[in-house]
Amino acid sequence: MIEINHVNKWYGPTFQVLKDCTTSVAKGEVVVVCGPSGSGKSTLIKCVNALEPIQGGDIVLDGVKVNDPKTDLPKLRSRVGMVFQHFELFPHLRIIDNLRLAQEKVLGRKSEDATAKGMKLLDRVGLKDHAKKFPAELSGGQQQRVAIARALAMDPIAMLFDEPTSALDPEMISEVLDVMVDLAREGMTMMVVTHEMGFANKVADRVIFMDRGEIVEDAKKADFFGTPRSDRAQKFLSKILQH
Amino acid sequence: MGTGTYLDLLLSGLVVTVKVSVLAWIIALVSGSVIGVLRTLPSRTASWIGFCWVEFFRNMPLLVQLFLWFFVLPELLPRSAGLWLKQLPNAPFWTAAIGVGLFMSARVAVQLQAGITSLPRGQKQASTALGLTTVQTYRYVLLPMAFRIILPPLTSEFLNTIKNSAVAITIGLIELTGEARSMQEFSFQVFEAFTAATVLYLLLNFVVVTAMRFLERYVAIPGYITGK
Repeated sequence: MIEINHVNKWYGPTFQVLKDCTTSVAKGEVVVVCGPSGSGKSTLIKCVNALEPIQGGDIVLDGVKVNDPKTDLPKLRSRVGMVFQHFELFPHLRIIDNLRLAQEKVLGRKSEDATAKGMKLLDRVGLKDHAKKFPAELSGGQQQRVAIARALAMDPIAMLFDEPTSALDPEMISEVLDVMVDLAREGMTMMVVTHEMGFANKVADRVIFMDRGEIVEDAKKADFFGTPRSDRAQKFLSKILQH
Repeated sequence: MGTGTYLDLLLSGLVVTVKVSVLAWIIALVSGSVIGVLRTLPSRTASWIGFCWVEFFRNMPLLVQLFLWFFVLPELLPRSAGLWLKQLPNAPFWTAAIGVGLFMSARVAVQLQAGITSLPRGQKQASTALGLTTVQTYRYVLLPMAFRIILPPLTSEFLNTIKNSAVAITIGLIELTGEARSMQEFSFQVFEAFTAATVLYLLLNFVVVTAMRFLERYVAIPGYITGK
């Protein structure tokens, strides 16, 4: 579904954020990307839907080359859901209108269809009663669940999560992870940048460990948590699993 | 007199001031918004055009700009075009509206740019990730928020537009200040004439401030920080 082949990316002329990254995500697979901050994991996931341009290599999404100038990027992006660290709901739109906007403007759905779809998804993330509210009236956890529903409203073929729980208070993390676990169990193709190793342990098929722009380890979940091959992954794991 | 009172004179001046200011403000708002958006686009050409526009219109005194449009531009054009321009009916009015409008557009552009760049970067990314095009992203996501944020300073700019319209008397537009001056020349009542003009300016600006405050309340977002 997502193929990342020898991707290189620089910020400016000298700073290389991604170094020859190669991996893939199969249909229905859940891949967790972890690593220390500054390791390039968020950048990598943003390259998948071309929010960030790449300077070398290829990214192919469901058979379409992302970094081809001829690719219709808005169309491609509308088929991949993305969830951000800071939710990024549109503050001037009511919750239901946040869910309707792209359905109507990008997919051309009729208003009543978009509303029906939005309400169904809000119900699914347990926020049906908040449809008429504005984002600032919701808690962080609720906003992030709305953001997930907004992405799902586009009927995506895959979902990208960029540290979806890092900006949340501890007590709100689980409500967001629960939604993600359900999604994973339904067979959604997911690429998740996160430090939540409990989540990785529960639903990930594979774990990718990145450090300094390189994919250091790309292993099945059991192998990664059982016997990480690289020193750096071992050290990282021992630090974050300490408590 | 027989042709009306001094108050009639002042009020007809007020009407000209209102007309020229509203037209100038529309020009400032429309062209300033376009230029402000250009200045936030990643394209080099777009931001270069925006840069030139803003620096041209904000780095020259308004008085000089009005003289340029009114006295110099017709001479620079081919003779027939220049003649046509000079003979336009109401030339001082249109020159003042366009001149003040363009001058103010530079200020609107800079403020809108500030408003757009003050939004979290993720807003643009989120709407791009949903598949919205750049135009849609600005239309539905960035501009509605940016304009809300810059509404208070925009009020000041609207007031500035009204006050700046007084400069138009130098190209022969008889607006409120112009009428006050002619009233003073007819009657030698300097204080009365300008006190009356001052009161009318204050009233006019008070109306604008009040209207803008209503607008601010109307578009406020519940729960959002600027919403109170």
